[in-house]
Amino acid sequence: MKAFLQRWGTAYGPPLVVLIVGTLLLEAYVRWTHVPIYLAPRPSDVILTLHRERAYLLAASWSTAKAALVGFGLSAGVGVAIALALASSAWVRRAFYPYTVFFQTVPIIAIAPMLSIWLAPGLKAVAACAFIVSVFPVIANTLAGLIATDPALVDLFRLYGASRTAAMLKLRFPAALPNVFIGLRVAAGLAVIGTVVAEFLVGELGEEQGLGVVIVGASHNGHSDRVFAAVLLASALGLTMFGAVNLVARRVLRNWHASART
Amino acid sequence: MPDPVPAALAGSSVTLRGVRKEFPGGVVAIDPMDLDVAAGEFLAILGPSGCGKSTLLRMISGLERPTAGTVEVHRPSTTGHAGRFDIAYVFQDAHLLPWRTVLSNAAMPLELRGIGRAERQARAADALANVGLGDALARYPNQLSGGMRMRVSLARAMVTDPTLLLLDEPFAALDEITRQRLDEQLRELWQARRMTVIFVTHSTTEAVFLADRAVVMSKRPGRIISDRAVALAPARVGALRGTADFVHETRIVYEALERGEASA
Repeated sequence: MKAFLQRWGTAYGPPLVVLIVGTLLLEAYVRWTHVPIYLAPRPSDVILTLHRERAYLLAASWSTAKAALVGFGLSAGVGVAIALALASSAWVRRAFYPYTVFFQTVPIIAIAPMLSIWLAPGLKAVAACAFIVSVFPVIANTLAGLIATDPALVDLFRLYGASRTAAMLKLRFPAALPNVFIGLRVAAGLAVIGTVVAEFLVGELGEEQGLGVVIVGASHNGHSDRVFAAVLLASALGLTMFGAVNLVARRVLRNWHASART
Repeated sequence: MPDPVPAALAGSSVTLRGVRKEFPGGVVAIDPMDLDVAAGEFLAILGPSGCGKSTLLRMISGLERPTAGTVEVHRPSTTGHAGRFDIAYVFQDAHLLPWRTVLSNAAMPLELRGIGRAERQARAADALANVGLGDALARYPNQLSGGMRMRVSLARAMVTDPTLLLLDEPFAALDEITRQRLDEQLRELWQARRMTVIFVTHSTTEAVFLADRAVVMSKRPGRIISDRAVALAPARVGALRGTADFVHETRIVYEALERGEASA
């Protein structure tokens, strides 16, 4: 138990100290310079708001979490499926890969209102935005892993007469798992950003109001404390999803060499 | 242990006629080459780096086609049992699947041939026991030393009971003691099974210790500049390495290798 606490302290002690000292400094600065509340809130105000409006903010967080999770789930599933299709042949890859870059370059601000019309406003449209923003890193990283299979093992599978499907399932895909998780880690954060941005743009049209909607409303009314409370919750959501992906990755890759687990 | 196979029938013979390999870009790896490897023979191929030894092995395995000439592998006319297929290949590094246990790695070739779980696990366990890894079945490659990983690789090659075993500098990355131990183990395996072995190396002592015949190739484009039987008794044990006969044989192969290095 003591050893555990010691290890925990070594890992989380330093960032915790930085957080506490930074917050106190910020509090002192905002108090002494009398920054008006509509420009920047005192950290203590943000904490108080988080407590006072917890029911409202938690409901908004839950709505955002649902959309972000659906978007992320789609990115993981569809992204890996697209990467598998692209890796199946050089021709397919040359023909379609350029178009997947579309996902990375599409201006979500322009497309969100259209999605809201096509899919009806609400969770579906918002999750679609989260998907579009977060799918490319999954495709790109998975594909990179799939086409970088150890050539000696590819030879070995050929020598033993493995079919293309067998080689994909038993060799290329499992070998690409570290890369898949790199993509998923990036996608977890992006899915939350995509969700909040979409809510920001079209969220108030839906039935449930996510954190993006809270941010728009609060900033229009000069409630910077509520804006920052919502921003903190969105960050916490992103961190949680990132952490969950890491946890799964460590579990799945636990027998691999350390270099594959980072 | 699988049923014993009569010595004369356990190995494939290999015939190369006028084999030439030119890579795109005009690099000639192998000049027209003839080579006969008898069934059940243990052949070592030596040569300077980049002389086309690996290319030669890849052509024999069928992974690479010759630009000209023919490569024929004649399997022995045994009835054979399920899962007996011709060729196994061992690379310079172990190349194991990190997500699979030792047992599952060694069983992989049988799995790809659609052999049932119980049978392939039993045969893989046998193959692993034969290389001294009987108690490491449940471990992962990450938990093994380099020498142990290489032995898993060897067991994976032997699990199909191949009639032709190709090894491409398999123990080159290991320390001297581990390497000698693996050489002894490989020789034992060969003595028990009598599959044909083609062993590529640039170590003269390794070639002389292991093989009954040593072929030395020249610098690129690779040609055979020396091809002779190793004049040592078939029983090879560690102590052999210090004997005058062994040193003499090594010297002869070394001189041929020097000529190969010098030839332009």
